[in-house]
Amino acid sequence: MSARRIFARPARLAAIAPYLWMVLFFLVPFGFVLKISLSQTAIAQPPYTPVFDFAEGRAALALAFSQLSFDNFRLLLQDNLYILSYLRSLVVAVTSTVILLLIGYPIAYGMARLPQRWQGVAMMLVIVPFWTSFLIRIYAWINILQHDGLLNRILLALHIVSTPVVWLSTDSAMYLGIVYSYLPFMILPLYATLSKMDASLLEAAGDLGSSPRQAFWLVTFPLSLPGVGAGALLCFIPIVGEFVIPDLLAGSNSLMIGQTLWLEFFTNKDWPVASAAAVALLLLLVPPLVLYDRLQRRQLEGGR
Amino acid sequence: MAHAATRLTRFNMTSLALGLAFLYLPIVILVIYSFNASRLVTVWGGWSLRWYHEFFSDRAMLDAAWMSLSVAAVSATLATLLGTLAAVGLARGERFRGRALFSGMLYSPLVMPEVISGLSLLLLFVALNAERGFWTVTIAHTTLTMCFVTVVVQSRLATLDRSLEEAAMDLGCDPVRAFLLVTLPLIVPAIVAGWMLAFTLSLDDVVIASFTTGPGSATLPIRIYSEVRLGVKPEINAICTLVIALIAVIIVVASFASKLSSARGESAAPL
Repeated sequence: MSARRIFARPARLAAIAPYLWMVLFFLVPFGFVLKISLSQTAIAQPPYTPVFDFAEGRAALALAFSQLSFDNFRLLLQDNLYILSYLRSLVVAVTSTVILLLIGYPIAYGMARLPQRWQGVAMMLVIVPFWTSFLIRIYAWINILQHDGLLNRILLALHIVSTPVVWLSTDSAMYLGIVYSYLPFMILPLYATLSKMDASLLEAAGDLGSSPRQAFWLVTFPLSLPGVGAGALLCFIPIVGEFVIPDLLAGSNSLMIGQTLWLEFFTNKDWPVASAAAVALLLLLVPPLVLYDRLQRRQLEGGR
Repeated sequence: MAHAATRLTRFNMTSLALGLAFLYLPIVILVIYSFNASRLVTVWGGWSLRWYHEFFSDRAMLDAAWMSLSVAAVSATLATLLGTLAAVGLARGERFRGRALFSGMLYSPLVMPEVISGLSLLLLFVALNAERGFWTVTIAHTTLTMCFVTVVVQSRLATLDRSLEEAAMDLGCDPVRAFLLVTLPLIVPAIVAGWMLAFTLSLDDVVIASFTTGPGSATLPIRIYSEVRLGVKPEINAICTLVIALIAVIIVVASFASKLSSARGESAAPL
């Protein structure tokens, strides 16, 4: 038996504890979300009537199945509030991802072209904001964007505007916040593919007579598509369910699905509807999640 | 001779400079204004430590800060332990039953919207009749951050030369000793970086903590969040600056750890 195979057995044993942990605290909770999304609202603590009681065994289980109710999902489909917030989430996520690509690509491209010793510094500079608190970075923008904030002061001083502009509680502020927060997530995968690219391909393109611009569109861009895909998914998926940024920066007249879920849960205390909204959101995210999982695994395991 | 197609152009430099300015300027402005003497957040009234005094005499804020720091320390430690074990299983376990489910469970939380993770964990805690507070938030944060630790440590293990372990075993080590004596010392920098990442992620989270905490035990981000919703307060600038300073120290330590690992002739783990 090879050393590698002998090593594999204790390595698999090591995985047991994290495996059980993830099953208990990641997989099982989804079961509860599913279960409660199918039960009725009750004015009690906790505010739902259980679909079945674990203690009563199989008979109760059979009874419970006959009582499953899709009312909450029916509500999601009938009430405009939910459909509108799903649509808004999708629109916001797609728009933000496109803006992020347009801004992130030139930055990642510039990084990949830096002399080798500066690339590490540039990468560090992009990663640092990712470590800095997300909430604090949004708060920093509120400081700047508020009515008598820095931005309005500068614009007034330069006579670009004559009265302060309302920035907070607008969609532009929300997009700014999203782009600002997710930019490192877009830059890093793009940089990872762009920096691995073989420079001799571009030299060959140049020798064969293409202009730098042609070489970019014919060679660099097509080869960077895996990075584009990874960056786009890494931004799109969490933005769909984003809560903090739209809550602090956008107006309250149209909500994203994360905000609607929050509202149902904390304000209306309607746990079943909130759970149904979570299940629906999850279903929406399954295709991009599967795609992302595949890309991620190919990178970590196939690239050796 | 550098070809036109591979040269660093002025366009490259400009986009890089603008991008970095965009990332850093708001934070710099926040830090400067935290030393502002004026009560109005946007009027400059000279340098002062007034808002730092305010914070250090604000009992509720201090309690929240203490809660956050202890949750972050405990959950980062648990997450590092579990995440490293998971990384070893994935990187060295070859094929085993349930492997796809395992890696799926470990990669999805990286991008899962926080409202879903928070809601689902809360429903579990309610079903288990667990008292919500320090431990429920700690468990929730451990679950989220161990996935990040796994990715960091696993990518380090993937770049490691496996013949070192195999040589140790040829020389008579059993697998556990080979791991402890050869592999572990080589991945320590990645483990340290993983702990730091887990710590800062926990310190930052507001959504999952809001779902999983109970009445009377708010974390610092929860308190900051509820203050920010009511408007900008200079005291918040001071608190944010302190958190940024703490994170800066952590980043310096983490980058030192990864420098250490690249000095050993292996490429450093990302992040």
